[in-house]
Formats: sequence, C-alpha cells, structure tokens
Amino acid sequence: MTQTLPNFSLSPAGADREQNAYSFPSGKQTLICFVKEDCPTTRTSMPLLQQAKEIFGENIDVVALAQNGEDDLVLVQEYGLTVPFLDDSRLNTSYAYEIDTVPSVFLASEEGEATEQFIGFGREDWKALFKSLATRYQVELPQIDWGSFPELLPGCGSKSLEPGIYERLKAESEGSPLRGRRVEIGIDDDVHEFLYEQGLTDGLPVIPPTAERVIRMLDGTTRDAQEVVAIVPPNLAPITIEKIAVNSVMAGCRPEYLPVVIAAVEAVCTDDFGMHGVGATTMGATPVMVVNGPIRHEIGMNMGLNALGQGNRANAAIGRALRLILRNVGGQRPGETERTTMGSPMKFTMCFAEWEEISPWEPLHVERGFDKDESVVTVFAMTGLGQLIDQTSRTAHSLAGSLGLRAEGLHHPKYHNYPDALFALCPEHVKTIARDGWSKEQVRDRMQEITSRPVRELLSSDEVTVGIDPKALQGSSDDELDRLIPKFGSNANIHIVVAGSEAGKFSAIFEGWTSRIGLDSTVTSRRIEK
Amino acid sequence: MVEASKPVVIIDPTDEREPIKRSLAKRPEHISGTLGLLDISKPRGDKFIDRLEQLINEQMPEVTVKRYMKPTVSKPAPHDLRQKIMNECNFVIEAVAD
Repeated sequence: MTQTLPNFSLSPAGADREQNAYSFPSGKQTLICFVKEDCPTTRTSMPLLQQAKEIFGENIDVVALAQNGEDDLVLVQEYGLTVPFLDDSRLNTSYAYEIDTVPSVFLASEEGEATEQFIGFGREDWKALFKSLATRYQVELPQIDWGSFPELLPGCGSKSLEPGIYERLKAESEGSPLRGRRVEIGIDDDVHEFLYEQGLTDGLPVIPPTAERVIRMLDGTTRDAQEVVAIVPPNLAPITIEKIAVNSVMAGCRPEYLPVVIAAVEAVCTDDFGMHGVGATTMGATPVMVVNGPIRHEIGMNMGLNALGQGNRANAAIGRALRLILRNVGGQRPGETERTTMGSPMKFTMCFAEWEEISPWEPLHVERGFDKDESVVTVFAMTGLGQLIDQTSRTAHSLAGSLGLRAEGLHHPKYHNYPDALFALCPEHVKTIARDGWSKEQVRDRMQEITSRPVRELLSSDEVTVGIDPKALQGSSDDELDRLIPKFGSNANIHIVVAGSEAGKFSAIFEGWTSRIGLDSTVTSRRIEK
Repeated sequence: MVEASKPVVIIDPTDEREPIKRSLAKRPEHISGTLGLLDISKPRGDKFIDRLEQLINEQMPEVTVKRYMKPTVSKPAPHDLRQKIMNECNFVIEAVAD
C-alpha cells in the first residue's frame, strides 16, 4: 500500500527567506532524508546520501531536510556534500511527516507517494535502496565499502517532538484543535501589562495563553476542543472546551485540573445555580467549590492543613480559572453587571477538597447521590467565611450546640429561615462528635434546636430595626408569637464537609446568600469526566 | 520587562464578541526605503499630503515616496489597496484632514 507524502516547499538552509524554494513533489522521483547535525546516526548516513546524489542525481532529486536549518550546514562542510539542505528549522514539515526519529529516509515516486522508507541507519536498508534505484535506472553501482558501515544504528529523537515544540507544531498544523482568535502582542508591549489593560485578568498576573500552552492544557481532557459545554451568564456566551482551556492556562492550571474546571463551569451555568444573580448581587456572592472523590488525590488537592488557604496549586488555580471564565467569557466584571458592595477575597478563588478519609460520615458527594468512587465538584453560592472557635466541648451535644450558636449570627441574628450555609468541620471537632456516634443529621437537629427562637424575639424593634415587621403579626395570638423558628429553613440547608489540619479546634463556616430558599441559587453538583 | 525577540501570540480568552485592542507595530528609529502616503479621500487631505511629500523630499532625499488613494472616505481601504501598500512600502502615513 502506498502512502501519499505531504507536500512541502522549503528554502535552502542559510538562504534568504523564500529564495529558490524547493517544492515537493517535483515531478521527479525524490529521496528525502530528515537530518540534524547533533545526531551521530545522521553523520553515519551522510556519505551514502551523497553517493545517492552522485550516482542517481541525473534521475532523481536527493534532498536533506535540516531540522536545525543553517546550523546543519556543518554537515555539508564536513562531508563535502552537494546534496541540497532545505531549511525545516520551523519543523512544520517534520511534523507533517510525523517524524519521530532522525534520520528518516523516504523514497517518493514522481507523484509524491512513498515507495520505500526507513529510520535510523540500516546498512541493508541503504543497500536495498541503491539496488532498486540501480535496477530502475540501469545504472551500474560503483564499489561501495559497505563493510565500513555499521549494520544498524538507532536514530535520534526528532526535534519536532521536543517539549514545547510539538505543541506549537500541533497548534500551527491544519488539523489544529484550536479555533480561538489569535491576538498578537506587539514586541514593544509588556505581555503582562497588555493582558491587564485588556481587562483579561483578575488583577494579578496571569500565564499568557499561547497556543502551545493551550494545546498542552487540552491534553487534560478527552473531550473535543470545540464542544460547547455551557452558556455562561451574564452575557449568555457559549463556552467551548477550548475557551475553558485558555482561561485555565491563564489561571495557572495543570492539564490534569482541566476536567474539574469543566465540571465546575457546567455546574455554575445551570439555571438552578443561577450564576447571573450570584455574580450580580450587591451582597457579593461567589461560587465556593468542594471537590470529592479520587481526583482529589490524583491532582494533589489540599484538604488538610490550610485547606481553605493559599499555596496549593490545584486548589488555587481551579477556583481562579472559574473566576477568569466568568469574567472573560461570561462578561461578569465588577462595575458592570457585577455590583457587589464589598466583594470578597473568595472572588479570586475558593476551591478545596473534602478530607473523606478522616471523616466518619458519608462524604458530600455520596450524600448528594453519587458513588463514592466518582469524582464530583459541588458549587455553593457563598458570601463570607468565618470560624467557630470551640476548645472546650467534649461531647457531640455541646459541639453541635456551639456550631448552632455560631451560625445564628449569619447575615443577622434576627434572620431565621436561613438558606444554605457550608460548614467545613476540622478533624478535632469531627472526632469529638464521632466519639458520641452522632450522625450529620443529629448535628443538624441540634443546631436547629439550639437556634430556635420564638417569633417575638425576631421582631423589629426600636433598638434594632432589623427583623420581622410587628405590623405583619398584629392580632397574632400568644401561641403564635411563641412559635419557635430555627435558624435554618430546613436541615437540608446545613451542608457539612470535613477539612483542615489535625491540630486545632477551629471549624470554618461559609455564609450563604439570599433568603429566598429555592428561588435564587441551589447547591449544584457535577460529575467530573475526563 | 519580558525579553522578546518576536511577538507573543495568545489565544483570545473571551467570547470574541468585542475586538481586542491591537498593539502598535514596532516604531523604527530611522526611515528608509519606500514611504507610502495614503490619501483617504477626505476633502483637503491632498493638500496636507502634498505638503508632507514636499517636506520628505527636502529632508529625506534618500526615501522614495509613493502616493495612494482610497476610493471613498466612508469605507475601509479595499483589501487590494492594503495589499499593494504592504508589498510596495516600508512605511505608510495616512492623512486625516478636513
């Protein structure tokens, strides 16, 4: 079976651009040899390539494709070659020929079909090549000292496969997975200043998303780069895997984080999560991401000491990628549709993993209906972050009560029927609760019990006008005014995960968003697919 | 400052509904070769360009000047004209006058 070799047009190495370019196929039979001077096997092959030129040069074209361009001309000098050296230092032809070894030798027909090919150095390969050419052109072969050549020599790695180069070639090739607009940054511009001035950053420097880096990022998923994943609010812009990858590069992600970012984008762009409102609100909500399942370990997420803090690349970059996507693709920018009064440092990034192994309970994703061995991201619309300090509780009853009292002030102590809050309990607190064998549901019950207040205590007053308008309850019976209302709308609004270091009795509390339960933003989970 | 001998090219991270501001081309230190003068067909633009041509001829006799004209002021220069200017000139000055 014959294989049509890719066309190329290359100038002689060391010559001016476009000068006397050699075009393949030329209409003649052609012997093509990919070379690089820093490869000993290339050197071994040079005398035979020259012989081919001398013996068959009237009948066929013989060309060397120089991967180092001009630098390979040392071979011409050393071996006294008259074989033309063509400049493939951009390596586009090496890429098109899928060269992984140098030298690679192709004999092509007049129409450009490969009739023979071999890699590295093989004495028998060259012998056979000379024999077939001699037969075809009725040429008598001169004496060649075959014994002076080694029988076999492995080739060297092709420059087109070197890290960074391969990705560039893939991006430049006709089959490039990238469709995004190219933006050229002038050489007089500082790249980082340019990106900031274009409004493409979160205020901190980003990694410039070059085609090579985006191609590498796309290795993190098997999904098609042009697949539309979601419609991103507020601009309702369709987002492809490619655009997620571009922003993930900027955020500092490694390719293996990409599936988590994709799942997070899918989660926040659902109607249930309501990202438009989450982003626009003057309250300053932002998605908080919790990752569960095996991927936590695979990508090295932090779930222990400083789980909610800085310093872990996966935690930091995944949350940041989501924010950059909302900004760059969704058009969610402060002062435009984003109207937060105070903002929050969580708007830079807020992503962590649950420490499932130290928890006595089912992890978050299993509670939410997934299998334990699935990887899942869950997003919460949260506005703030505080801590419970409880160093003295030695029973589950006391600790759960503490948690409840600490939560009572969320938004305002007089706000009850509270929506979702997320509790990241530290291992020491969890141990205290686990010692008494309490379930998460028992913890929630106790929190609701200890925070239950009679309606009359939640009324607006002259002292503090926040609260239920007394006029609305005019004529209510004492019983009605004594009716107890717990802090949270229901137990289901109390979300509990485990994270943090094994030392310290400090649990974290994420404050939720609006009070209209079920209307504004629903906690949303998505399976992470590679 | 990032050291760069060739421009960095990035993939646009946005939804591409708005144009990205382009960087200016590198400004050379000296003018040499061929200089194009593009009249955009704005009234009196030719007067301005005439004067420029005169000054260039006086002060930079080694520079070759070529004149071009857009068919109409209200539309961008046609592709062929842009291509011609690119092929023939090292520099171009576009005159806006009224």
